[in-house]
This record gives sequence, C-alpha cells and structure tokens, in this order.
Amino acid sequence: MAYITCENLLLGYDGIPVAKNVNFTVSPGDYLCIIGENGAGKSTLMKTILHLTAPLGGTFHLGDGLKPYEIGYLPQQTVVQKDFPASVWEIVLSGTLSKSGFHPFYSKAQKKLAMDNLERMGITHLKEECYRNLSGGQQQRVLLARALCAASKIILLDEPVTGLDPKVMTEFYQLIESLNKEGITVIMISHDMHAALQYASHILHIEPENSFFGTKEEYLLSDAWKQMQAGGVTNE
Amino acid sequence: MSDTFEIVRYYLQYPFVRYALIVGVLIALCSSLLGVTLVLKRFSFIGDGLSHVAFGAMAIATIFKLVGNTWFVMAITIVAAVLLLRTGQNTKIKGDAAIAMLSVGSLAIGYLVLNVFSTSANVSGDVCTTLFGSTSILTLQKSEVWLCIILSIAVVCMFVLCYNRIFAVTFDENFAKATGTKAGVYNLLIAIITAIIIVMAMNLVGSLLISALIIFPALSAMRVITHFKGVVIYSAVISVVCALLGMLISIVYSTPVGSTIVSVDIVCFAINYVIGRVLRKS
Repeated sequence: MAYITCENLLLGYDGIPVAKNVNFTVSPGDYLCIIGENGAGKSTLMKTILHLTAPLGGTFHLGDGLKPYEIGYLPQQTVVQKDFPASVWEIVLSGTLSKSGFHPFYSKAQKKLAMDNLERMGITHLKEECYRNLSGGQQQRVLLARALCAASKIILLDEPVTGLDPKVMTEFYQLIESLNKEGITVIMISHDMHAALQYASHILHIEPENSFFGTKEEYLLSDAWKQMQAGGVTNE
Repeated sequence: MSDTFEIVRYYLQYPFVRYALIVGVLIALCSSLLGVTLVLKRFSFIGDGLSHVAFGAMAIATIFKLVGNTWFVMAITIVAAVLLLRTGQNTKIKGDAAIAMLSVGSLAIGYLVLNVFSTSANVSGDVCTTLFGSTSILTLQKSEVWLCIILSIAVVCMFVLCYNRIFAVTFDENFAKATGTKAGVYNLLIAIITAIIIVMAMNLVGSLLISALIIFPALSAMRVITHFKGVVIYSAVISVVCALLGMLISIVYSTPVGSTIVSVDIVCFAINYVIGRVLRKS
C-alpha cells in the first residue's frame, strides 16, 4: 500500500491547466524527486500534496495510515522570514502545533519532541539564537527540524538547496539521505538534476503531456532523460 | 520637578483624568500586542486603512444621530477588516491598493457627509477632533471606561490563548496551513481584534494617528530584541510607558493628547534604534 497515489492528475493554476495525466505513487521509504521546467506545475503539485489546493482533475489518495496534515513541509524562504525576530526554539516548537489539539500551550511531550529534533539536526547549540542571524544552511536545518516535529513519516522539500554554497549543499543532501535511510519518506522538488540522480530512488519528471514516473534506473532509459541530455540541461 | 508632581497630583483628583489614564494604558497595551503580528505580516497599513473607515462610519453615525454610536462604528470597521483580509488573499486587487482605496475613500466620504449634513457651527473643529482625538478622551463616560476594560481583557485573553497559533501563522502561513492549523480562522481573529482596538483607540489618539500606536512599539522592540516572545513583551512595555508618559506630559503642558503620545513613541523608537545599532556592533 502506498502513502500517496495520484491518477490522471490535471495540474494548473487560475483554472488554466499546465500538465495533464500525471500519475505517480509514493510508498514508505521512497525518495522521490520531482523535476520539471519552471511553470511545469511543480509548485501546484506540491500544494495539492499538502492539501492547500484541490487538483483541477484526476484523483489524489492518501493511504497506509497517512493522514492529511501529516506531511512535514520545508518551504522556500519568504520575505517575511528574512527579518523575523524569532529564536530557533520558538520556530522548531511551532512545528509541533498540530499535536496541541485544543490546548492553548505546548505540553512537555511537544517540548521533548522539539528538543529531540534539534539534536537530530545537530543544532541544539543554536537553540536561543535568532533565526535571521543564522547562515543559510543553519536556517534550512531549523526548518527541517520543524518539519520533522510536524511529521514523522514523510517530508516534502521545496527547492531546499536554493542559495546554499556547494559545501553546505552537499552536507544538506547527506542529511536528507540519512533521514531517508532512517525510514523517512522524502519528496523533493528540485532543479538539481545531479542530486536527483545521485540520491533519489524515484523520479517524477513533469511535462505538459507525457510526464515520466518511475525508478531512477528506468528514468535513465527513458525518452525524457534522452531529451534532457540532448538539451544539455544536465551540464548547467 | 516637584511642581510637576504637584500638577499631576492635582489633576489626578479628577475622575475624568483617571478614566483617561486607565483607558489610555489599556488601549496602548492591546494595540502593541497586535502590532507585532501586523508589522511582521506586512499589514502595517491595515491599521491606517481601518481607522479611516472608522472615521467615515463615525461621521455617518454622528450625522444621522444613530443610537449606540460605538457599536455601529465597530460593526462597520469589523466588516471592512474582514473584507480587506479577503482581498489580500485573492489577488485581483492587490492588498495594498485595496487598503489605499478604502482608506482615502472613507476619509473623503466621511468629510463630505460631515460637511453637507452637519448642523454644528464648527465643522472643521468637529473633523479635527475626530481625526486627532484632541479632547474626547477627557469626556469619557463611566460606561465607556467599563466597555474599554472588558474589551481589553477579552483581547489580552484571546491573544494569550492563541499566542502559539498566532506565532505559527505569522511566521509561516503556508506551513501552518499544511500542518493543519486553520490559518484563515486566525487571520479573521486578528482582523476582528484589530478593528476593535482601532475603534477603542479613536477616542485616545484620533483616527489619523492610530497606526502609530500599533506600529511604533513593535518596530522599537524589534530593533533590540531577537525572539518573538521578547518582542511582544517589550513592545507592550514600551507602548504602555509611552502612552502614560505622553498623557502626563499633555496634562501638565496642555498639549494635544494623541500627538504627544505619538511624539513620545517616536523618541522611544529613536532611542531603541541607537541601542540596536550599538548591540549589533559589539
């Protein structure tokens, strides 16, 4: 049984379709990379997975005990966050909010969960630091810790390495890989073909007509991949 | 110096001065609590827009001698707040343009209504009073003071109970939504509370200067403090101290209440700005 099953999904924004017949499944333990050109519908697909928007058509199912709102989300940075006065602790703790129910304040269990995830990301020493003063890599770790507080089974990363320098980027990919090996399912939206082919187990390449979905090995034999190579996109 | 204390003590004998101080402090407290969220969500101008709506509503209510003035103004302002937040989300008319439109629109209509239908001999005096709140804080009825106390308690309770969620929605609305927080509900709550505070604050500083009360303490606190809870608490302290100081100065030197409070806020912002600079360098 798969966590996520999509059949004949029609993606688009403002009512205008941009990609049709998108089919894919995400099973426990998968590492799915979603690639595609700008405007191909990646962000729309992400919003659909997060239940922020309904798809224009097709079906979208959750299975295997995965409930809506149990997907940990690592968003792209917003303008608001650039000068936001918040400590690392406050941000990570806010990830546990969905476990509050109707309680107005955080419980001991929630604080422990936040503490554990700080440790897991190796940022316990930054607990009292101000988020806006951290480096890009540290900020991503904070947001990843928050995502892990919200969800223990599956995380969704939206272009997580944008703006990171190469060394930090590699570290971050290794961190994700280790999480995946611990059994956390990963969905990553990415521009970075090299990383997708190096780390992912499955690839979803969104195209207006015939999107490709399959394992990495299948992808390397597919037409989509051959076209990519012919276009020289991998060499950027 | 002792003269000044004498004057203050003299004025404090009068109940209307005590009412003014109580109401002023409560309004300052409430507006600063919400101010942090509004500034961080890039909604600084919503206060400005809503206060002009409140002015327009007030003008209409005064002219048609509606019973329960405050309630009418509050209802209109809440509706405007909800509408403004909606337009912010669907982007046919951009949020800031919608606010600007509503803001100048209701200012114009308010003045027009006052001018055309007014029975009073001193129209510009009336308008000035509503815009700058020069004397109305000193003519408060006991019932108005109680209303203000009850509303303030409600606002503070609501803020404390929803604090964690307000933080989550302010910091990252999409994440909050994706993990099951009903962001829409909290945005609505923020809009309604903002409207309530603005209507309350019209008596204190008048409708033109209300946004100063909302944004200055928050901005001052953000210069110095680096975590959210600290910013909220410090901005509440700044706001209350500035309001109190401003009111006392205006009593002693008989300056207009609203603009004196805002001036004190400006000075406070300058001081915090310098402190922030020094802290960051060291």
